[in-house]
Order: sequence, then structure tokens, then C-alpha cells
Amino acid sequence: MAMVIRVFLFLLVSFYAIPSFAIYEDQVGLMDWHQKYIGKVKQAVFHTQKAGRKRVVVSTEENVIASLDLRRGDIFWRHVLGSNDIIDEFDIAFGKYVVTLSSGGSILRAWNLPDGQMVWESYLQGSMPSKSFLCIPANLKIGKDNILLVFGRGCLHAVSSIDGDVIWRKELASESLEIKQVIQPLDSDIISAVGFVGSSQFVTYQIDAKSGHVLKHTSENFPGGFSGELSFVSNDMLVALDTTRSTLVSISFGDGVTSFHQTSISDLVESSSGMATILPSKFTGMVAIRINSVVVFVRVTGVDKLEVVEKINYPAAVSDPLSFSEGQQAFAFVQNGESKIDITVKHANDWNKNLLKESIEMDQQRGNVEKIFINNYIRTDRTYGFRALIVMEDHSLLLLQQGEIVWSREDGLASIIDMTTSELPVEKEGVSVAKVEHSLFEWLKGHMLKLKGTLMLASPDDIVAIQGMRLKSSEKNKMTRDHNGFRKLLIVLTRAGKLFALHTGDGRVVWSLLLPTFRRSEACPNPTGLNMYQWQVPHHHAMDENPSVLIVGRCGLGSDASGVLSFVDSYTGQELNSLNLAHSIEHIIPLPFTDSTEQRLHLLIDANKRAYLYPRTPEALNICQLELSNIYWYLIEADKDIIRGHALQKTCNLEMPDEYCFNTRELWSIIFPSDSEKIIATERRKSNEVVHTQAKIVDHDAMFKYVSKNLLFVATVSPKGAGEIGSATPEESSLVVYLLDTITGRILHRVTHHASQGPVHAVFSENWVVYHYFNLKAHRYEMSVIEIYDQSRADNKDVWKLILGKHNLTSPISSYSRPEVMVKSQSYFFTHSVKAMAVSLTAKGITSKQLLIGTIGDQVLALDKRFLDPRRTLNPTQAEKEEGIIPLSDSLPIIPQSYVTHSLQVEGLRSIVTIPTKLESTSLVFSYGVDLFFTRIAPSRIYDSLTEDFSYALLLLTIVALIAAIFVTWVLSEKKELREKWR
Amino acid sequence: MTRRRNTSEMSLLYTFCFFLYLSSSLFLSSSAFQSDELLQDDEEFGLEGGLPARPSPDLDYIKNPILSPPIPHQTTRKSSISDHDSDSKVQFSLEHAFGDSDFSPAGTFTARLKTWSHGGQTLTKLRFSRNSFTDTDKENFKKLLDDDDFYRIRVPSNVLSPPGKDYIMSSVKARCLPRDGLDEHFVIHMESVNILAVNYGSPGACPYPRSFKLPAKWSFNSHTVLRNSEQAPRAPAFVEDIILGGENAEGEGVPPPERSFWAKYWMYLIPLGLIVMNAVTQAMNMPEEQAAGSQTQPSAAQRAPPAAVRRR
Repeated sequence: MAMVIRVFLFLLVSFYAIPSFAIYEDQVGLMDWHQKYIGKVKQAVFHTQKAGRKRVVVSTEENVIASLDLRRGDIFWRHVLGSNDIIDEFDIAFGKYVVTLSSGGSILRAWNLPDGQMVWESYLQGSMPSKSFLCIPANLKIGKDNILLVFGRGCLHAVSSIDGDVIWRKELASESLEIKQVIQPLDSDIISAVGFVGSSQFVTYQIDAKSGHVLKHTSENFPGGFSGELSFVSNDMLVALDTTRSTLVSISFGDGVTSFHQTSISDLVESSSGMATILPSKFTGMVAIRINSVVVFVRVTGVDKLEVVEKINYPAAVSDPLSFSEGQQAFAFVQNGESKIDITVKHANDWNKNLLKESIEMDQQRGNVEKIFINNYIRTDRTYGFRALIVMEDHSLLLLQQGEIVWSREDGLASIIDMTTSELPVEKEGVSVAKVEHSLFEWLKGHMLKLKGTLMLASPDDIVAIQGMRLKSSEKNKMTRDHNGFRKLLIVLTRAGKLFALHTGDGRVVWSLLLPTFRRSEACPNPTGLNMYQWQVPHHHAMDENPSVLIVGRCGLGSDASGVLSFVDSYTGQELNSLNLAHSIEHIIPLPFTDSTEQRLHLLIDANKRAYLYPRTPEALNICQLELSNIYWYLIEADKDIIRGHALQKTCNLEMPDEYCFNTRELWSIIFPSDSEKIIATERRKSNEVVHTQAKIVDHDAMFKYVSKNLLFVATVSPKGAGEIGSATPEESSLVVYLLDTITGRILHRVTHHASQGPVHAVFSENWVVYHYFNLKAHRYEMSVIEIYDQSRADNKDVWKLILGKHNLTSPISSYSRPEVMVKSQSYFFTHSVKAMAVSLTAKGITSKQLLIGTIGDQVLALDKRFLDPRRTLNPTQAEKEEGIIPLSDSLPIIPQSYVTHSLQVEGLRSIVTIPTKLESTSLVFSYGVDLFFTRIAPSRIYDSLTEDFSYALLLLTIVALIAAIFVTWVLSEKKELREKWR
Repeated sequence: MTRRRNTSEMSLLYTFCFFLYLSSSLFLSSSAFQSDELLQDDEEFGLEGGLPARPSPDLDYIKNPILSPPIPHQTTRKSSISDHDSDSKVQFSLEHAFGDSDFSPAGTFTARLKTWSHGGQTLTKLRFSRNSFTDTDKENFKKLLDDDDFYRIRVPSNVLSPPGKDYIMSSVKARCLPRDGLDEHFVIHMESVNILAVNYGSPGACPYPRSFKLPAKWSFNSHTVLRNSEQAPRAPAFVEDIILGGENAEGEGVPPPERSFWAKYWMYLIPLGLIVMNAVTQAMNMPEEQAAGSQTQPSAAQRAPPAAVRRR
């Protein structure tokens, strides 16, 4: 019995010792926000007929399949498929399923249309990668079962729509055979598959839909050769392009006879030169060809009867045709204008008439239209109306109807590349507090309500009012800097080259800018954003100067493409300046120096290992020249498994003398043998991290942390173990981790984990690294910690030396001294696999650290660093317990209350960013993937301020009541005394 | 328990790492811990380099520039690697450069290649012979000292087929080297026959404002360490241990009751005592007040003057 009580007490104590970070249900949304996105839409299918809730189903480039409310743009349901499970095609089948084909035609899934639950999933076998497509015949039945036709990985499959079983499979794969299209004529049991063998042979297959047998196979040679593009005009005729892309080849293949006819494009369209492409839209009896910036519609009535019906100049996008009533087809195209777009819906059969022509005002920050999908509805006056869903250059999605934007979604935010933060403007004189607080009465009323809530007197209505008030408290959404540093701007760069500034209070977009430098142009055909840096953070002139950020990008996909820089004001969102560089950008080094205008110096390293200094001012050059001998940099050549360290030289050997350019010189190299090691992860300390205590007390003895900004963590794995987990046996794979000094290339610590493999995720903070990997022998994930201590400063503990000044604490530390380090490490099992890892960051580094782990379930788990202390032992001594050492356990605990995302999921989680606030106890957490999630965490609880919902009114009331009570009792006692005197 | 002893032992080892070569064999026999593997493989030799009388078989080649290293290497390896049990001798050269100059041979490493029965190969017994500085070298080095520039060295990344993937480079500010002579310290990180990295520098500290100092004598004092990877500590997989540990914890949990009763419960006893005292004083006052209550008149008269004082 006594033991039970003791155990219970022990548990109680240990749980109190580990603070839990759970919040109450009514605190959800107070300081956190969550935004759901889907990404850039690739394909959209409307579902409006005979449906109570009108919806549009979309698939996106973030591999999301989602059903959106057509009225408001909200998400009914969505599924984020894995990052390598790319959706090839989807369609709505039989009005109740959404069928998606993904992973290069190998996974077919059916989802229930109303609620998005998966109905079935089937894996399609195939022999070789090929184009994949989905064909849903309207009424092709085998027995009572509707079938779906799927072509993927070189095989044609007929799949049952009820359970996803493959009914038959026909391999249409041979050397260089490329099936382009599968069609199934209405009310026919014969499927035709057409394709090319090589570039010059046209083949057709006639396949029995019931059994999958090939009924007929034709093959015809065409000497001109095909470019590979084709478009069906009817069930037995199609139009293709020849290899020169200047001649249209119309092919008729009905009844097993294939005939070709060539028509030169220049015969059809005068004064046309250049390469033609066939638009993928499927018109009946017509083909659309794009030549340069002109789209030409060609009507095909016979093999040799081609005529141009329409030429449209500069269309941004052309929609697929939509059949809206008996045999009538309409299609839409969009043209971009100045600050507006023009939508035209045309009758495919009658070209003279526009069904609809609207021009709509459009925010210029959305860029050009990239895609359009149309849908029809019946107006109140029984005529046909059309609505259009358009995808813009910044990946936003808009629904247009009756010349207006019905709703819009900022889906560019689903693909954030990089982010940085900016402080808000300082509150200026003249903006009085009263204006913000509305009026004293309002303020008092609010606090009275809160008081009621605290005293449990509030009615349900009051509770709702309190909750609403808390959620939209004006305090947290103000556009000025606050005392605690909670209000900031999160500036994010998306893949579309658009910048968004989000307010940390509620996540609203303060400003957005589609960077002009990052738009496609002739000079810069393929702009890609890389990183963002804080360019200018004014402290001395914070009142009258705005901070600015630097956005670095490339003009192409390779690292040798020339670079582009853009400078943007963080408050207004205006582009201040932009530069198209002559050199490429391989690596960017923000230097720890600023010039007199507080612009940070940056070194850009190009592919030839030359360093360029920015800003290009003489002052910056002077600063840089002074520090030139102390600037070192390193480059990780992950593809060659080499790490090289470099130093700067004074000049640059270019044809054009450039004083802002420096040559570099290789100082050290670490070469991993390619047969045994491959770099899979590297990590370094955050440059803005602050370390408060240099020493740590261990067993009543000070140990000095080896705190160096130049430490690099590298993890390598055997080449066999570089694949997915399970691809290597425990004997084949081992993981080696290194701690390097990046100035001298010194290996400070090197340790091998046998029978382990990646993926490795690591965080580096202060003097420790925590990394996560898979242990193949134990079949579990593990997390290890390495702490590194400096022994060379250990003799500074002598008090007498300190008094006599014989210590070396103030002397600068040089990397060229031989380090005497001591390393402690330990490993633990961890249940989850990890998507991202980060560590909490506070202003002064006093608060204890928390690891933030993005789990496989797209949640963020906070784990106290104390669980990853290498000094944990089974039976900590009394002294160790006093230091807060937790008894050793073989695995790390996952406490459900410590999920900072509570019940929410940050779908497609990619990264977690922590930002310190001015309040030491608190740090801001922003995690992003397809979704965005922001919250505040306090790893050691909030010890330095009152909580936000602290009732000042209650305090005031108590004081007032006490004073009143004092007066009343005083008066009473006076009276009593008087009475007694008179007695 | 072993872990703690281990770490203290480790720290001891690190502290005396520098002097280890004097008594390495003795020390190794005394240490019995697994993690000392690191130092068992370390073999340090301080060699006075640049002895002119030293017969060097590849002296002819050393004067040749960069292209030479492969040749001496092939000629000097005495037995082939295919001798699976035997130790064969391996030689690879060190090259140096002054600032941006080209690399030229500077010395030779000699080691024994041990081939294990399971196929692994490791180097042991590394020795190093340094060529002495020529007069031009001295001039170059003086210039480096003058400019506070880098003295760079490189070794092949594979000792059997140099240079392997590429040369491993390392460098140090020249001003870190001169002491009495020129002191240098090599830590060569190996992975079987591949060299991963060479940590090159002075054996001690090199305080930052590096002062210009010419060496008293132009001979090298070289220390070399060969280092292989350590094994990571395993994750503590224990089920029985927890039960054992639990019992131990209980055993350790017994001592606290030995503290005196007062030491354990003083925080409860003091308030209790105060309450009791309070109650006692109140109980003592009660009868008095009751007694006083019976004769109200005098007491009121007695109390009146101070009240009057208070009102003023």
C-alpha cells in the first residue's frame, strides 16, 4: 500500500514538474489562427445539375482534391494526397463519385461526392511509365456494373465502378508505342485507342469493351513524322501536327482504313509564321491551334475540308467546350486588359454571336489569367447564363458571374517558399488610445461582461458575446507595434512570385504584391523565387523609415541562371528597387554588418565561386574591406558529397573591373567517400539565436557550452540507405553524423549509428543538436541529442583567477586554436515520423527550450528539451533531481495536451518557423504547408506578464469594495463608539 | 553508473590527450571502457621533421611537382592488398602551398594497412616524415607570416589510389604555427582507406590578434592522430532494467524517513502551532472579557480617553 502511494506521489510530482501546455476549449482561436488552402487549381469539374448544394470539384498542384461551395468558395471537403502522389486526372462519375487517377496512372480512387469519404482505392499494375488518362463512359456496362476506362503505365484497364476491381487489363505497351487517346463512341461496345510508334507511325486499336480483346489493329506510316500532339474532331477523325509544327495532318481512321491529309498552316492563316501547338480543348468538329499569340479555330468537316472560322488575338486562356443544351456547345476565352479582364463566351456552332461578353475589374496584383473553366445555369428569365472559374497568375481562384467577382480564394498561400517577419510601425503621437478603445463605456461594458463570466453569472448569450469579443479584440489586430512584440507582419513569398504580408493577430492579408521582377518576361523566361532576407531594419530611425526585405531569385531553373533581386518596403508593399544581375546566384550570405542607413550587407556567391557585395555603395565596400580577412563561407555540394570552405580575396578577375566583386579561395574540403557516405541532411544554428548562459551547472560544477555560430551538423547515410525506409537491410545502412567547424573544416565530433537510415531531420540550437532518424534494427524511429561542451575554458572556474584577472574569458575565441571539446549524447525512441522540426526561440534565451515537431499527422507537437537531455539516468541522484533531470526512459513521451495545433491539422506541413517576441517567456510559431497555422507558445509558461483575459475590472471592483468596506466599517465603528459614549 | 564513470574518464582523457603519446601503451592497458575505442586507434607520434640524413626512397620524386605522388606510392607499397591477413605498408604524400601558390610535396605519411577478415581495411601505425623547408620555402613562409596569410596543405582522399575523388585540403593561418620551431598537429579522419578530412593546425591555442613571430628554428614538430568513427550509444532499450531501477529507486527512497520528524513536517507544524497559540490566547481572553462585560461602566470609562486621542 505504501508503495502504491509513493508511486502515485511520484507520478504526481513528475507531472507537476513537466508543465503541460494545453489550453481550455474557449481559448481556441484567441491567439492562434488557422487558414485552409488548396493550391493552384489544375482542373475543375462543376457539379450543379440536380444537386442541392452547388459545388465545384478541383484538383490542384499541391495534390489536393477538394470540393468547393460554388456560392461562397468554402471548402466542403478536401484531401491532401502525398507529395509524390500527383493527381493526373479526375472526373465526376455517375453523379455520385469523384474518381481520381494519380501517381502516373497507378492509383485510382473513388470518393463519395457529397462528403468526400473514400469509397474504394485500387492499384493498377503496369509495366512502363506512360501518359495516363481517365475516361468515364456514360453507359458502358458489364452486367449491372458501370465501368471506367483507365490508361496508365502502358496498360488499358477496365475498372468496376462499384468496388474498383480491375475487370480486364490490356497491355498496349511496346517499344516506343505511345497511346495518346482512348475514346469510346456513345452506345458502342468498341473502344478505340490511338497513338504513335516512334514519331512517324500512327496506330489504332479497336478493343472490345466487354472482354478487352483487340478486335482490330492498324498501323500506318506517315513520312512527315508527328510532333505528338493531336486533337479529336469526331469519333473517327483527328488532327495532328507534323514534326515541323507547320502542317496540320488530318487523319481519318474509321473502319480500319487510315488516311492522311496534309494542310499547311500558312495556307489556312495568312502571314503566320512560327511554331503551332494544338490546344488540348476537345471541340467537336473543330480544332484550336495556337500560333505565337494568336489562337485559330479551324473547322474540320472532312479529311480535306479545313476552314478557319475565327482568329482571336492574345487570348490568355481558352476553356474546354461546355455542352449546355441539346447538341449546343459553348466555350469561353479570356483576354487581359489594363486592370480588367474580358471574358467572352461563344457559341461553338454559331460564331457570329457572343453568348456573353463581360469585362471585369481586376486587381493588378493578381496578374494575368492562366486558366478558365465555365459552367452554365438557367437565369430567372429561362435563358442560359454562364459563370466562370478563373485561375490567376498568383494562383488565386475566382468565381465570376454577371460581371462581378462572386468570391475569391488566395490559394497562392498554399505554396509558401520562404518567410520573414517585420515589426509593425511604432505608434505615433496623435493616435490616441481612446480612439482605439472606442469609449470608456464600451470598455467598461466589456469588462463587466468578462466579470460576469468569471463569477459564473453570465447567461448563454453573454458567453457568446464574451467569446466574440475575445476573438475580435481590437487590441491584437492593431496596425502598430505593441509592448510585448506579439503583433508583427509575417512576410511570405509564394511560388507564384507574390509577396503577402499577414498580420499575426488574425492572419489577414495586410498587403500583397505580385513582384514585377518575378513575372515571366523575355529577359527572364522562368523566374523562380529562392529566399527572403531582411534588408533594412531601422532601429535608430524607426519612426520615419520603413524596414525593407530583399527577395532573391533566379531567371531559370538551374543554379547557373542569372539572378534577380527585388527590394520591397515591408509596411507599404511597394517594390523599392529591383536588379537583374549579370551573374548567377548559388549561395547568399547575410553578413553581420550594417551600413549607416542600417542596410544589411549581403554577399552573393555565383556559380564560379565569386562573391559580390550588396548594397553596392562605397560605404558598404569599406566595411567589407575591413572585415575581409574574417569572412569565411562554405558550400555543401550535396550531389558530389563534398563540403568546401572558402575565404575571400581582395580582387576579382573579371573582364569588367568590379570593385564589389571578390575572388574566393578554397581553404578546406571534406570529401565523403562516394561508396559509403551520402549527405542527406545539414543543419546550422539560427543566426538570430541568443544564448543567455554560457555555462551549465552539472553536478555542482560549471561546464562551458561550446557556443559557436560556425558549427554545422551534417548527416550522411550509406548510399543503399538513401532510399525509402525498408529499402536497405540493417547491415547495409548506417548513419554517420558530424559536427564541423565551418571556418577551419575541423571535425569536432563524428559518430556512427549502425543499422540506421534517413530521412534525417535536425535542429541545432545553442550547443546541442537533436536529430531524428530511423533505426532499422529496432524498427522504430529514434531521436538523438548531442551536446558539446568547451573544455578549454574549464579552468576559468577558479575564483582566484577571476579575481586576479588571469582568466581568458574576454579574449576573442579563434577557430584556429585547437578545440578541446567534450560531447555528451543519448538516443531515445520516438513514435512518430517527422515532417519538420524547429525549436522555440525567445528574445534573451533565458526561457527553457521546446522542440516543435511536425508529425506525420500534420500536427505540431511541443516536446520539452529536458526529455532530450543526455544526462538523464535511470535513477537520478538528489542533486540531479534538483537540476530538473527526468528519470531515463527508452522512449520520448507524447503528451496529447502538448500539441500546439490542438485539434487542427496543418495539411501538407512543410516547415515550422519560430519568432521571438519582446516578452521573454513567449515565442511565436508559424507553421505552413498547404494550410497556415499561427500561435504563441510559452515553454515555461507565462511568468512575466498577466494573461490576456485577466479581469482588471474584478481587481478594480475588489479594491473599490475594500475601500467601501473600510469606510462603512469606520463609520459604523464611529457610530457605535458614540452610542456607547452616550450610554 | 558505468556511464558516469565513463564520462569522467572521458574528460580525463581529453585533458591529457596532448600528453598521451608519451605513455599511450601504458594508459591503454589500464583503461577498460568501450568508448575508449577512439583513442585506441589514435596513435600519435611526434617526429622531428626535416632530418637531412634521413634516407628517403622517394627523394627523387619529391622534387618533382604535383604529378609525382602516384608514382612513389605504387613503387613503395611492398605487398599487395590482396594479402588478406597480412599488414601491408602504405604511403601517401602531403603537399603544401603558400598562399595561392601551387602545391608541392612536403612530406610523406607511412602507415600499415590492416586487412580484416571481414573485408574491412584500416590504417594503423601512422608515421610522418616531413621534408625540411628549402630556402625558397622559408622566404615564402616569411611572406605568409608577414601578410597573415594561409598555409595550405592537402592529402589524397584515397590512400590506395591517390588522389581518389579529390584532394582533401586544409589550411591554417601561418602565424598560428611558429613557436620554438614550427608546431603542427594533424588529425586525419579515416573511413577504411578513404580520408574524409584533415584537421590541420597548431597543437595549442592561437589567440586572435595573431602576432608576427618568426620561428627560432625552421624545423617542424609534427603530431599526427589517426581517427576513425565512434559508435553511437544505443537507445536505452530496457524493460527489466526499469523494474530493477524501480526497486533501486525504492531502496533509495527509504533514507528520507530517517530525517527527523521536525525536519519533515515543520511547514505544517508552524502554522498549527500558531493556530493553537492563537486559540489559547483567545480562550484566555474570553473569560476576562466576560468578566469585563459584567462591569461595563468602568471599562468604558477606561477606554474613553484613548478613543478621544485617536479622534484628534
